[in-house]
This record gives sequence, C-alpha cells and structure tokens, in this order.
Amino acid sequence: MSNSFLQLSQVCIDFPTDKGPFRALDNVNLNIEEKEFISLIGHSGCGKSTVLNIVAGMYRATTGGVLLENKEVNEPGPDRAVVFQNHSLLPWLTSYQNVELAVQQVFKQTMSRVEMKEWIMHNLELVHMTHAKDKLPSEISGGMKQRVGIARALAMQPKVLLMDEPFGALDALTRAHLQDSLMEIHANLGNTVIMITHDVDEAVLLSDRIVMMTNGPSATVGEILDIDLERPRNRLELADDEKFTHYRAEVLRFLYERQKKQAA
Amino acid sequence: MLFKSFIKNSFLKTQRVTPMALELAINIPKNFAGKYLATMLIPIAALVMFMGIWSGVASQIETSLGQLPGPVKVWEQTISLYNDHVAEREKEIKFYERQEKRNALKLEKNPDAKVKIRSYTGQVTFIDQMFTSLYTVISGFLVASLIAIPIGIISGLSNTVHRALNPLIQIFKPVSPLAWLPIVTIIVSAVYVSADPMFSKSFLVSAITVTLCCMWPTIINTSIGVSSIDEDLLNVSRVLRLGWFTKVYKIVLPSSIPMIFAGLRLSLGIGWMVLIAAEMLAQNPGLGKFVWDEFQNGSSNSLARIMVAVFVIGLIGFMLDRVMLFAQRKVSWDRNAIIR
Repeated sequence: MSNSFLQLSQVCIDFPTDKGPFRALDNVNLNIEEKEFISLIGHSGCGKSTVLNIVAGMYRATTGGVLLENKEVNEPGPDRAVVFQNHSLLPWLTSYQNVELAVQQVFKQTMSRVEMKEWIMHNLELVHMTHAKDKLPSEISGGMKQRVGIARALAMQPKVLLMDEPFGALDALTRAHLQDSLMEIHANLGNTVIMITHDVDEAVLLSDRIVMMTNGPSATVGEILDIDLERPRNRLELADDEKFTHYRAEVLRFLYERQKKQAA
Repeated sequence: MLFKSFIKNSFLKTQRVTPMALELAINIPKNFAGKYLATMLIPIAALVMFMGIWSGVASQIETSLGQLPGPVKVWEQTISLYNDHVAEREKEIKFYERQEKRNALKLEKNPDAKVKIRSYTGQVTFIDQMFTSLYTVISGFLVASLIAIPIGIISGLSNTVHRALNPLIQIFKPVSPLAWLPIVTIIVSAVYVSADPMFSKSFLVSAITVTLCCMWPTIINTSIGVSSIDEDLLNVSRVLRLGWFTKVYKIVLPSSIPMIFAGLRLSLGIGWMVLIAAEMLAQNPGLGKFVWDEFQNGSSNSLARIMVAVFVIGLIGFMLDRVMLFAQRKVSWDRNAIIR
C-alpha cells in the first residue's frame, strides 16, 4: 500500500439531528503529497469545511479516518494549524502577542526566549507585518488581520496548513495581495496546504490540484483537477493563458453544469 | 448692513494677518460653549430646579418633627455633623494626652506602678459611620467577587455545572437582604466564637449579608460572558492544545473581562443598597444605623440629618460606581463598546 503524506480514507460523517443522523460526508477519499497545495471547492453547504475540520481534528469521522504520516488524526494539534475565515485573533493581544501565544505553546521546550523572539519576528516578516507588530487587531485592516492569522499558523511549523476560506471576507484587491503573499510563502517554505475557497480564479491560481466536491447531503469528492501550470505563477500573465482559462472553465463547468445547485 | 459688512471686512483682514487667531476667535469658543452647555450647564440647571422644587415642597409639609427641612437646613446639618466629628477627634486626642500625663506622673512616683491604658470610648460620629460602611461594603464585595468569578467561569465553561447551579442561583438571587439577615446573625453567633475576635460580629454579619446578596450578578454575568466566547477563539485554543488553566487564563478570562466587570458593577451597587438596609435592621455600625438612630431620636434636627445621610449614601454609591466604571474602561479590550 503506497502511503501518501496525508490520507483521507473512506471518511463518512453523520451529524445527529432530530430526524435521526444526517450524513454530511460519504466516502471521501483523498491522498495528498507533501508540499502539495490543494484547494477544496464546491457549493456552500457541501461539506468542504467539514472535511477541513476532520483533518484539523475538530470533528471525528463516523467511519473511516485520516492518517498524517501514517499516524491517525483524532484531536486538534499545532501540526495541523488552521487559518480561520474570520482571522480569530485574540482581540486583546497585539499582532506580536498573538503569534507569541502560539510560539510559546508549541516551542516552549525547544526554544530559548531569544530564539522565540526571532522566530516570531521572522514569521511576521514572512507576511509583511512587522510594522504593525504592536497593534491590536482592532487597529489594523481585515487583510492585515488575516496576515497575522497566517503568521500565527506558520509559526507553529505545521505539517499541514489548513485554510478555511482565508480570503473570503476580503475585498478583491486585498485578496489578490494576500494570494501573492501566500504563493511566495508556499514557494519559499514548501508547506503542504489545504485551502477551502469559493473563488474559482483563486483555486486555479494557487493550487497544484483542485478537489471539487459534489453537493450534499452525502457529499463526496466529485472530480480532481490537476493544475499543470509553471511556478512561480503570475496572475497577469496567466490572465490570457490558454491553459489557465481551460482549467477555469473546467471548474466552472463542474460547479454550474454537473453540480448545479438546486434553486436556493 | 453697514455694520455687518464692517465685521466681515475686519474679519477678513484679520484672517489675512493671523489666520490662527481668527480660528481661535471663532471656532473654538463656539465649540467650547456648545460642549460646556451640554456637559455642565444642563446638569447644573437641573440641580438648581430640583433644589427649588424641594424647598418649595418642603415648606408646605409640616411633620411631627417640625417643618420638612429644605436644602438650607440640610446643608447646615452637614456642616454641623462635620463639626461634631472634628470636635470628637479633638476630645479623643485630649483624652489620650491626659492619660499619658497621668501615667507618666504615676511612673515618676513609683516606677513599679501598674498603669492603666484605656481606649477612648466616645461617640461614634457620622463620618466614622461612613467609613465603617465603606469598609464593610468593600470587604463583603471583595469576598463575593472572589467566590462569584470562579463559579461563573466554571458554570460558563460547563453545561453540566450551569444546569446544576442555575436553579439555585435563580432562587437565591431575588432574596431580600432582610431575609438573609436573621440567618446570618444566628449562624455567625453560633459559629464565630473566639476569645480574641479579629472582626466584630456586627461587621461579619453585615459583610456576609452583603456578600450573599451581591454575588449573583457577578456569577450570572461571568457565566454569560464565558459561555458566549467566540467559538473560533476556543478552536484556536484547541489547535494549540492549551491546557485547562492556560486556556482559562489566556483566552477565557480576558475574553469575558468586559462582562465580568459589568457584573461586578451591578454587584457593588446592590451590595451598597443591601448594606444600608442591613445596618438599619441589625443595628450594626454604619450609615444605616445612623439613619435609624436619628429616626428614633426624633429631635428637631433628625430629619435634616437623615437627609444628609441620604445624600451621602447616594454620593458614595455614585462614587463606587464611577470607580468600577473606570476599572471597566481600563480593562476592556473592546474599543467599540460604549461603556456608560
């Protein structure tokens, strides 16, 4: 049996409701290699977040399971850092302190005070946020908050970086900036990333593979699209690129033809 | 017309010469006046009106203790109560001076003589009573907070604990201090038996009654604050695998601090009201006892003195609330919240 870095095998999950169990995910199989950038895309309510939460360890699969480096995932942990949709920074801590909380918890045994300080600053630098290190979340913009959230996740040195619609709440320009930053970080650090998105362009631009999910209930993996585009990628050059447009069309066809959402 | 244009011109001229001065001359006083009208003049006007109505109504009411005192009479009594206090302090100092002299003389005659040192047992003044009450309410409130905040946190974090405690809280919360008082009095008399008591029994009874009555808002608010923490923040704590204490200390407590302080403020307000009632009923030292003594006394000044007490009670309550408000603003991380 070939073992991938991260394996989801036959993951099913039932949520209890008044009318008996509700099957949200049915038989989700997915193998992810190290350093891969995966996007999960699908209509809202299709269980993308549930998949991510199972990998994060927030939910436990009813049957099936998740293996990370051949070890079963059954609780949350810093090796699977999560970037939440609405940043989830602690509002009473500055950017620096928010990252510090994570660093102190993860590296309290292995790093000295000075090393921790350097590591925190290094991660803030990665997301270009050193200038606002002493600002509270309420004092910085939405995009900046999300940058700090990413810095906090990166500072945990996770094996997998899980991102739940990280740029969903941002305006288009800010989103583009953050996507570029994320590509830059991914190129430098080679993180394994699973990202949920609603944005087709974002998925094609960032991913190595796009996992397209069918509509729920009993949602599962519909199709997987390999994105064979040279890295580093440039959004301006790709805008007219034939392959890019093709991939984009593929995803759109899946979402709007094969998985047409019933009138909401 | 001519005058207007003259003003306009002269302003324009000034503006050309010193624009800053013009700005000062026109804008700032306008804002100044507007601001002060709202913040100072209106409350003062209201106060003056209140005084006027009060003295008008008071002059119409004849009581068994003479005419109902108006603002002037009450002010006179305020001064007189203060003078009583100063006089009493002087008497005390003189008493100790006399005692020292007497003892020194005795020791001079006979170095082995036993000297008696008595403490002064003069009248308790209004100001003494005021400080007794303040001390009591703060003690009772601090104890209540030390009990209520941890209970609130635990009940906010655990649904089971919340379900267990909620009925008890809901039942005890509306109980009047007057109902607690006899129970507390009897229990303190029975349990607190000591040859050399650190606290007087009356102090304990008052303080415990305050504690019992002012715990509830803090428990309820803390519990609501804790249970309404953003789910994402708890998920952050799960991802980081924070231990229970770290989680409470780093995430739960700071996140619910605004609610906790809102509860503490309510608690202190209730505690102060409860204390005065308890002091009246139990004849425990404090402002409540002062009011009751004056009521029993029934002299021509009594009503005015009670009114002084009413104002002082109100002012202290207001001051305590301001202190809590200040603390609440200091600790609140939510810059958008309007705290008033």
